[in-house]
Amino acid sequence: MNEMTRLAATAIPSLSLQGVGFAHRGQTLLHPVDLRLEGCRRILLMGPNGAGKSLLMRLAHGLLMPTQGQIRWDGRRPRQSMVFQRPVLLKRTALANLTYALAVNGVPRMRRKPLAREALERFGLAALEKRPARVLSGGEQQRLALARAWLTEPEMLFLDEPTSALDPAAIKAVEDAVLDFHARGTRILMSTHDLYQARRLADDVVFLCGGRVLEHSSATDFFTAPATPQAQAFIRGELVW
Amino acid sequence: MFDDTNAFQTALSLIMGFDPDLLAIVALSLRVSLSAVLIATLIGLPLGAALALWKFPGRGTLIVVLNAFMGLPPVVAGLTVYLLLSRAGPLGELGLLFTPTAMVIAQVILVLPIIAALTRQQIEELHGDYHEQLRSMGLSKRRMMPTLLWDARFGLMTVILAGFGRASAEVGAVMIVGGNIDGVTRVMTTAIVLETSKGDLPLALGLGIVLLGLVALVNAAAYLIGESARRRLG
Repeated sequence: MNEMTRLAATAIPSLSLQGVGFAHRGQTLLHPVDLRLEGCRRILLMGPNGAGKSLLMRLAHGLLMPTQGQIRWDGRRPRQSMVFQRPVLLKRTALANLTYALAVNGVPRMRRKPLAREALERFGLAALEKRPARVLSGGEQQRLALARAWLTEPEMLFLDEPTSALDPAAIKAVEDAVLDFHARGTRILMSTHDLYQARRLADDVVFLCGGRVLEHSSATDFFTAPATPQAQAFIRGELVW
Repeated sequence: MFDDTNAFQTALSLIMGFDPDLLAIVALSLRVSLSAVLIATLIGLPLGAALALWKFPGRGTLIVVLNAFMGLPPVVAGLTVYLLLSRAGPLGELGLLFTPTAMVIAQVILVLPIIAALTRQQIEELHGDYHEQLRSMGLSKRRMMPTLLWDARFGLMTVILAGFGRASAEVGAVMIVGGNIDGVTRVMTTAIVLETSKGDLPLALGLGIVLLGLVALVNAAAYLIGESARRRLG
């Protein structure tokens, strides 16, 4: 199993953004950016609100089409999954939300429930199996969304500020899950405006401000020697926009 | 001329007496309206969902037309079906005029716009919440449809009930295409019209009370089913 996942990890196709920009009604929301995401890394998208983090993530995931430039996967499109800031769960039980994802992925009916139960167990939701997903707490809902993503075995996982509405215990659970995904061989692209969270999780940092990608470097470099005054100010905890 | 207690007594004795004529009328009313609602639901749900999901030229016009048809006067629907099915009409060969089938067709025309238009609105709203997640999971619009319809089921139940209300309440369409023939196409509403014109107001009102009770019964059943499901699934 471990051997296999490590092999799979080396083979996650790289994602190249070439001159990718996005404009809406004549307003440029993302200035042309060149970015290459490769390897089994934990990449944190940082920047103030409105910097374009969510937009860049949606473009990379393919939910939005860029108005200029090109997005390319080297070789093949990998399995991908996305966890949103506000989890979108179906109006069904927790278990049914998971079996639904498995059905979408073509897993035979017989295998769905055992796999789903295993995932519920893994994310500490076993007792809530029969509860309607929509009445779970915010933290439980986000864990359920993570369990759903887990079942689809993504090679690349996108997380759009997944902890911004959660309390510390729930944040810890999400961060642990992110590390689990990574350990299984999933490349992570996660946005946050929480500096401490980025320090805890990041291998690499992509820093955005005002719709521009200002930095893309290793976390160590970014936090010790940020190149741009905006990033320096952001790291000092000043208000940047 | 008559007093209310008289009407209620009549209603009560109609129900308690199990008058076979009345039972036949009630049964036909339910058969026609429920068939119409079933057919309109089978067409209207996917149609409404498709209108919510796909953008195409003329979509706006189609939605406006559909919304406008929610207010289609039953007599106009009846007249249209009458012209189509009458001996000289394009579908005259089928010999459907003055049959329950003709009444079902007319009521489908009345109910379909309500179900399709309200479904479109509900699905569009839900799609707004779901579309990023579902697209992220790799679902095409065609595969989103059953998911959205299922997840909107509580709201759609009300939509279908609104359609049933329209079907069971209307008199103009079934009167024109059915002809109110005793034992063949007489339903609750046309019987009420007939008794009123004959001057038997207690009987007419009694029939009205029975009709109201039936509609209330169907709605109560739907409500109970919906509530229990809602409690289980949020």
